[in-house]
Amino acid sequence: MLEVQNLLVFYENALAVNDLSLSVEEGEVVGVFGSNSAGKTTLLNTIAGLTLHLQNRERRRGGMRITLGGRILFEGEPIEGLSPRARVERGVVLCRERHPVLKDNTVEENLRLGGYLRSRREVKQGLEEAYALFPPLLRLRRRKAGMLSGGEKEMVAIGTALMARPKLILMDEPLLGLSPLMQSEVVRGAREISKKGVTVLISEQYARPVMPIIDRGYVIENGSQVVAGTGKELLENPEVKSAYFGV
Amino acid sequence: MGGLLASTLVYGLVSSATLLLTALGFSLTFGLSGVANFAHGGLYLLSGFTAWLLMTHLHLPFLAAAAATVVLVGLVGALVYRVVVMPVRGIHLAEVISTFAVGVAIIELFRWLGFTTYDYVLPVLVEDGIDVLGVTVDWQRLIIVAVALVLTLALWAFTHWTKIGLALRGMSQDEYTALSVGIESDWAAMLSLALGAGLSAVAAMVLFPLGIISINSGYDALLVALAVTVLGGLESTAGMIIGSLVLGFAVTLTGNYVGPRWGEVVYLGAIVVVLAVRPSGLLGKSKELEERV
Repeated sequence: MLEVQNLLVFYENALAVNDLSLSVEEGEVVGVFGSNSAGKTTLLNTIAGLTLHLQNRERRRGGMRITLGGRILFEGEPIEGLSPRARVERGVVLCRERHPVLKDNTVEENLRLGGYLRSRREVKQGLEEAYALFPPLLRLRRRKAGMLSGGEKEMVAIGTALMARPKLILMDEPLLGLSPLMQSEVVRGAREISKKGVTVLISEQYARPVMPIIDRGYVIENGSQVVAGTGKELLENPEVKSAYFGV
Repeated sequence: MGGLLASTLVYGLVSSATLLLTALGFSLTFGLSGVANFAHGGLYLLSGFTAWLLMTHLHLPFLAAAAATVVLVGLVGALVYRVVVMPVRGIHLAEVISTFAVGVAIIELFRWLGFTTYDYVLPVLVEDGIDVLGVTVDWQRLIIVAVALVLTLALWAFTHWTKIGLALRGMSQDEYTALSVGIESDWAAMLSLALGAGLSAVAAMVLFPLGIISINSGYDALLVALAVTVLGGLESTAGMIIGSLVLGFAVTLTGNYVGPRWGEVVYLGAIVVVLAVRPSGLLGKSKELEERV
């Protein structure tokens, strides 16, 4: 479904993603693991088109020089030159890191915004599905999103991404800063999303909480892939095990 | 009720509605796109002269000319974004300088073309007036109050209940989250400038009939918009209403007790005092605009 080939991202002279290749098959849950500044967020932002948007903005205003290289294929078609909107229309939707919500909007307004490119019927159906996936959101639907806890915000963020009807959802560190209980709830949500046929690419610093749901994983360091394999294979690698699995 | 008190109440309210209407477009654009459109005054003046030209040369009735003007000036607002703001988007000082340059260019173009006489007037919608609290008020001023109220409510409903309004609010709060669900940043900003320009045209259509279309009204409109927005606070509809009321009554009281020429001093004084004491305004959340003024 998704194939990233020899991806390169430079911010000025700093190499954020270095000749990285990965693939995600339809229906899979694939993990990308790495420490801070390993390149996970840049990778996901580049797949979603945000880095291209930033590159265009900076070029126009004569700001930071961003260089992009490599190819991104989605369902066999190149998407690396498409706008974020065109990628959302094709089904590639990013749920950004740090539980992004529009804090002045209510929970339901946040969710509705996710359905911006969808029909009224799809928005209605999407709301029902989001509330079914994360029942606490129904009770909180009229509350300002800025008043929610980190876990609740993450539920809103994932729900918002789902409202866009993704074929592939990119989840950037959804567990960051959450309590173990909330982490379990978000992981359960990701599993449910996968069961509904949505392909998931999830990035995390520590792999352990998401291990039960991933089919395969990539470990990246300094923007490059260092290890790839199934969950079992990653667990059997002693260096990976101590660095990313906390054992 | 005492004559002067009633007069202050009624004309204070009218003055507040006038300020609210004048500032609505500027505030909306800044609140939704973060672009401080300093061409606001130029667009306001352009609206007045466009309607006058449509009526005089194309012989359109006033309401048709007004409707066409709102659409045309809205398109000019979109064009200002596409040509002038987009290349410097995100560089706040450049946004202010470039839009201010457009505003001054529009205003001074009309001066250069000779639109400086007292011949340029727009008709009132309804002649005569009525008594309110024992004070005679002409219908045009009551229409101004009604239009200000209706537009404010309509804009609130638009930004809270419609898909496009939600998208604009989303973009104003977090551009990259909005981009992630398929909203286009430049489209949203262009639309907010077009809406702001259209609102400045609506203001011009109901305010200019009270006097003549004078060149300096372009500069005055920008000053008023800045004063109301800075005083009320950014991204706050309630703040804008309160800012308009405070300034409206302050100007009316100053006019009644000190002299009508002191209005501009009130506006400038309000800007200076608010920026010194409470830079985010009465109900504002952001502290950005003071850095751009």
